Amino acid sequence: MSQANQGIKAIFKQREALLAVLVVVMIGLVGLRAPVFVSPTSLANLLTDSTLLVMLALTQMFVIVTRGIDLSVASNLALSGMMAALLASKHPELPLAVVLLVAVAIGLLLGLINGWMIGYLELPPIVVTLGTMSVYRGLVFVLSGGAWVSSHQMPADFVAFPLGRLLGITHLVWIAAIVIALMWYLARYTRFGRDLYAIGNEPASARYVGIDSARRLFWTYGLSGAMAGLCGYLWVARYAVAYTEIAYGFEFTVIAACVIGGISIAGGSGTVAGAVLGSLFLAVINNALPIMKVSPFWQSALTGIIILTAVLINARGNSKGSRQILPLHLVNPSSSRSAA
Amino acid sequence: MLVTQVPTPPPVLQLSGICKRFSGVIALNDVALTIRAGEVMALIGENGAGKSTLVKTLTGIYQPDGGTIHLGGQAVKFTSPQEAMRAGITAVHQETVMFDELTVAENIYIGRQPTKGFPPRIDWELIESEAEKLFARLEVNLPVRARVKDLSVAQRHFVEIARALSQDARVVIMDEPTASLSQREIHELYRIIGQLRAAGTAVIFISHKFDEIFTVADRYTVLRDGCFVAEGALCDITETDLVSLMVGRAIHQTFPKLDVDIGTPLLEVESLCHPTEFDQVSFTLRQAEIVGFYGLVGAGRSEVMQALFGLSSNVTGTIKLNGQAITINSPNDAIAHGIAYVPEDRQHQGAHLSLPILHNITLPILSRIGFFLRGRRLQENAIARHFSEQLELKCSYLTQNVSELSGGNQQKVVLGKWLATNPKVIILDEPTKGIDIGSKAAVHRFISELVGRGLSVILVSSELPEVLGMADRVVVMHQGHIKKVFARAQATPENVVAAASGSELPSEEAAA
Repeated sequence: MSQANQGIKAIFKQREALLAVLVVVMIGLVGLRAPVFVSPTSLANLLTDSTLLVMLALTQMFVIVTRGIDLSVASNLALSGMMAALLASKHPELPLAVVLLVAVAIGLLLGLINGWMIGYLELPPIVVTLGTMSVYRGLVFVLSGGAWVSSHQMPADFVAFPLGRLLGITHLVWIAAIVIALMWYLARYTRFGRDLYAIGNEPASARYVGIDSARRLFWTYGLSGAMAGLCGYLWVARYAVAYTEIAYGFEFTVIAACVIGGISIAGGSGTVAGAVLGSLFLAVINNALPIMKVSPFWQSALTGIIILTAVLINARGNSKGSRQILPLHLVNPSSSRSAA
Repeated sequence: MLVTQVPTPPPVLQLSGICKRFSGVIALNDVALTIRAGEVMALIGENGAGKSTLVKTLTGIYQPDGGTIHLGGQAVKFTSPQEAMRAGITAVHQETVMFDELTVAENIYIGRQPTKGFPPRIDWELIESEAEKLFARLEVNLPVRARVKDLSVAQRHFVEIARALSQDARVVIMDEPTASLSQREIHELYRIIGQLRAAGTAVIFISHKFDEIFTVADRYTVLRDGCFVAEGALCDITETDLVSLMVGRAIHQTFPKLDVDIGTPLLEVESLCHPTEFDQVSFTLRQAEIVGFYGLVGAGRSEVMQALFGLSSNVTGTIKLNGQAITINSPNDAIAHGIAYVPEDRQHQGAHLSLPILHNITLPILSRIGFFLRGRRLQENAIARHFSEQLELKCSYLTQNVSELSGGNQQKVVLGKWLATNPKVIILDEPTKGIDIGSKAAVHRFISELVGRGLSVILVSSELPEVLGMADRVVVMHQGHIKKVFARAQATPENVVAAASGSELPSEEAAA
């Protein structure tokens, strides 16, 4: 038993490496069947396509690390995206930077509403964000009156920005790279980031060491919301259309990417690399399956199976032992736990 | 032991008149405690004497209802654990304040990590080098980058002690720190306590083990039933005197113990073993007998009972019922054999708080009443009414939710539920924990009636008077083993407490 555990632990420890290898192997295998998939253009497109998922998964990671969940991201994204599109179409004279800031600010505000209810009112995250998920989605409809904002209504620079290039790389990829660096810094080098891990590990103990959990949660959901706002603009501009059903159900893809990336839904553990690789993994699958001519129904089922496998690996890594009551020196050394 | 110097330094911590009540129950009543720098004070008392409450009051988790705390000569009031920590009082708990997924170094500095530069970034080099210095000071070899979840219990204690050191703690409280340490680790801990003492830190050491107390501590304070009893230097007192200070009371409560004829062996347990929880547990329960299980918290009593009820895996040994070997792999098996288990934690394991009384009582026997709802309504009602009347349940109506009842009445519902299964053996795990005196008496009366009707009872309790007052025999467990079995006549408070503490006091011959 202990050997099997060791084996699983070893895999668990190198989970990020394993995921990275898996992503490369999958790209290779699909390339064998459909060489077009591994052409530079196709891979560049794949990268650009995965950016929104990567960014949202990163902030969702922080939320999940605190033992929470943010189901409202996709609705938030749709609402801020729609508002950005409406603003840009009504006031084409506004500079792009202003529109972008407005989108982020709206997203932040919507996220802080979640954070206020979860942090200060101590309501359960799943209920709060389930509620706001519907509210925000409903507001998209109310604001737009159910109408589309299509590309010809949007200013040219608004639509062109995400796929514009700097040094041959799309702005989307640049933004995602900056976000990854920022989130990595946040997770590793700031009190804010470290406190979130402490809160997720032991909420009660976190209070004992003086962490203001309510304030931390407030801003964690705010961060998730701000990212949804940023991605709201990018999504609308990238696909050059805003409508009520934008990113419908995308929150589950985001959460799935986190789970695949090894972020424990029970809180307290998860890495930036995990979230990024989990997202890339899903992006590769979602792009490869249609090329492999797998039916959309099977795609959905396969994604589900992959998530369950990831959860299973997580659970095996975290199985808890029984209490140690017998004095350790009397216990047979082979059965005693391994002391580091 | 140190010889106390003649000109004693001023007390670093002085508590006087501390009172704490929880919804009417007095947990601490006029408790005093004085400790000087560089002194190790043993805080002694039975389970429920108020030691943990006192620790929580000191560390700011509870606020006292009365009394004063002086730290270094100044009156202080802690409204939160952080304030106590900042003032220099830290506790090494049984349940440690630890973050499993974080590294050793980070656990020491969590919540107050040093930062540098702009934008401020956490200075990991400094954190790790400081942590290494702390462990070097403690002469403990611990990798500062290891994750706490990979550490042993002893190593976790060292991390907490390092944290206390890093905060220049003036008072370090150790609440049963040796509970699950090996002999070698205990000696390591002794050495560290010696270092703390040499550095002028005051240490409050809570333990039930007299050999430890006499090895590390200079002075003692005894609590009993939430009251201060005695204080003094350990070199002036013997183990026997200390035990009588702890338990020294006439048992005021009277127990409705009936004289019943104890019959033939009903349940025989032989060599019950579990890899980590208990070892070689053997005992016999006879018809219409009450066997009390006494021991310190965490001695493995509940774990044995859970194994008997089929809740544990990896259990070896034989269980015989009426002379026939039976296998119990699940609670269903146990219920089928007529064994019922009323767990300690009635809020989570015992009752379904959001269900009505009626459905709580009939839950384990639904399959006997019948599958379809319609036909069983009347029968369910009759059964529930029968047991609630028997137990003097105070409720407005039987469809009331259990969550609306008082603790004592909730316990009666749980008892009624298991009685409805018509058991031969009923295991009661701390049946009167946290309930008021009136309900306690009702539960005790009820236990007597049960054996009067021929049931056999295993009574697991941490309340000494209850065990001594109710049980025909007392089994004392210590660190997962059965330490001694006392017949009713031999079960004096002193003997039982000494056995539970693992002490080898000369005592009368243990009965079979």
